[in-house]
Amino acid sequence: MGVLRRGSQEVTARVAAAREVRVRSWAHTFWNLALRAFWTAVAALGSVVFALPFVWMISTSVKPRWEQLVMPPKWIPSTFVWDNYIEPFRTRPFAAWYMNTLVLVVCNVTGVLLSSSLVAFAFARIQFRGRNVLFLILLSTMMLPGQVTMIPVYYMFSKLGWVDSLRPLIVPSFFGAPFYIFLLRQFFLTIHPELDDAAEIDGCSLFGVYWRIILPLSKPALGVVAIYEFTYNWNDFFGPLIYVNTPSKFPVALGLRFFQTRTDPQIGQTMAMTFVSIIPVLLVFYLAQRRFVQGIVVSGVKG
Amino acid sequence: MTTESVALPQPQQRRPGGRKLSRRARRELAAYLFISPWIVGFLVFTAGAMLFSLGLTVFETDLLTGFKYVGLRNIVRLSKDPLFLKSLGVTFRFVAMAVPLEVIVALAIALLLNSDKVLFTGVWRTLYFLPSIVSGIAVSLLWLWIFNPDFGLFNYLLGLAGITGPRWVYSEQWAIPSFVIMSVWGAGGNMLLYLAGLQGIPTALYEAASIDGANSWTRFRHVTIPMLSPTIFFNLVMTLIGAFQVFTQAYAMTSGGPNNATLTVVLYLYRKAFQQLYFGYASVIAWALFVIIMIFTLLMLRSSELWVYYEGEVRK
Repeated sequence: MGVLRRGSQEVTARVAAAREVRVRSWAHTFWNLALRAFWTAVAALGSVVFALPFVWMISTSVKPRWEQLVMPPKWIPSTFVWDNYIEPFRTRPFAAWYMNTLVLVVCNVTGVLLSSSLVAFAFARIQFRGRNVLFLILLSTMMLPGQVTMIPVYYMFSKLGWVDSLRPLIVPSFFGAPFYIFLLRQFFLTIHPELDDAAEIDGCSLFGVYWRIILPLSKPALGVVAIYEFTYNWNDFFGPLIYVNTPSKFPVALGLRFFQTRTDPQIGQTMAMTFVSIIPVLLVFYLAQRRFVQGIVVSGVKG
Repeated sequence: MTTESVALPQPQQRRPGGRKLSRRARRELAAYLFISPWIVGFLVFTAGAMLFSLGLTVFETDLLTGFKYVGLRNIVRLSKDPLFLKSLGVTFRFVAMAVPLEVIVALAIALLLNSDKVLFTGVWRTLYFLPSIVSGIAVSLLWLWIFNPDFGLFNYLLGLAGITGPRWVYSEQWAIPSFVIMSVWGAGGNMLLYLAGLQGIPTALYEAASIDGANSWTRFRHVTIPMLSPTIFFNLVMTLIGAFQVFTQAYAMTSGGPNNATLTVVLYLYRKAFQQLYFGYASVIAWALFVIIMIFTLLMLRSSELWVYYEGEVRK
């Protein structure tokens, strides 16, 4: 009996303990879920705040005029007005501005890819006297604020008669950009040098190694550079502001300025064109989101 | 591997002794040829331009009709120029508010998104990051509308919370804080850097700290922060350099107003150079800005020895 009772007591105790564990783990799971829900909600709320200006922009751009100035605002307009997207193309050379920006971007991306990768290849792969010193100079110019060189460069381009054209905004990119050279060099260093050696033994010239081995293997890094340069040029305002005067030669960023007046009666058009002006950047971001993130990781962590 | 170890000695066998040096010389020549675009660019657009700009500081010129030597008069005049001093104050005010806020907000979001308690991080990360790729004039126009005191989003939201919002960019007091809010909106780029840094911290460090009895705050303070300090430092320097050059908002949203409350150094420089054609005087402003940025960067570099931890570095 005693044995039996003790046994039953033991069993009861064990069952109770197991139940307690189960209850505790239930509580634990519940607590965990609640925590997850809470922090996810915090993250979601924050990102809504960050996204709200975009929603506001799009909402304003399709509202009829009387609803733009209504408080509290109507997020979804009673009728959708698409005129804001059509009218500016009629009254302003918006299509031409778009084309100008496209030319600017294509030329700059090409220039930067060719020049920066060539320079980066030499820094990453060839031993030459003064390499370290030159690379140090390159690094130190990476953070140089553009204002100290701006006026002489402007003077030079004005002497060449290039002011009021897109040339001053394109030509410098063919001379390599320190930041991209650094970024590409870091990437080239991760490619195994035995590949170069093998190619050279097979009779490949140095340029051949660069063109046939390194470049094809560096598509991710080149993509990052292209995306950065694309976004930079698309958004650049200061350069065009200094160099371009004739409205028909404007890139979009500069043309947008026409839509800005203190008491704006055409806020719908302004928002519509602002949206149209950022669509390419958003599109590129959407298509190449992973590259964007990668590039920032490469440039930041190793910088 | 085996084929290469066989193949590697070959060129040395093929190469006659006398031409060994010439092959190296050829490679060096090729290297210089390869980097020549950058060398030329550096000599013309950077080194040459800087020298020229330094030279311009002792001249008065509109770059068209000639150069008039004025010695140090530009510098003396600048040190007493009330508008320049005002622009310095405005810029410092912006830097002092925008840089810490941007760094902290970006860090906070990154910590949040790096937590295993948050689900669907990819979606949130995209939304936080998106504003940072849209910059310049589009952002300025958008926020001008958001900051509209009467019909803008911002004051509407404040109104929901029972606050009567200020007149933002139209108010002397609130114009710079408005710019600060805009730059915090663009903190997504920095956030991504922090996220990358956070993901690079080995979990073993956290496990070791937990075994030693560290709670989550101690782990944050003594593992996360030191391991992340190089990223924080990098972001701090880059954000600072960028903040000193604030221009587009001031130009497009407020034109430096109201009552010069948003007259930043670069805006003043732009006006002196490209609107009033005092290129000599503008060069002095450019150099003043350059020196200020240099001083701050060097100070940060100095201070970094105290608080930035690099793995593999031996402490003295």
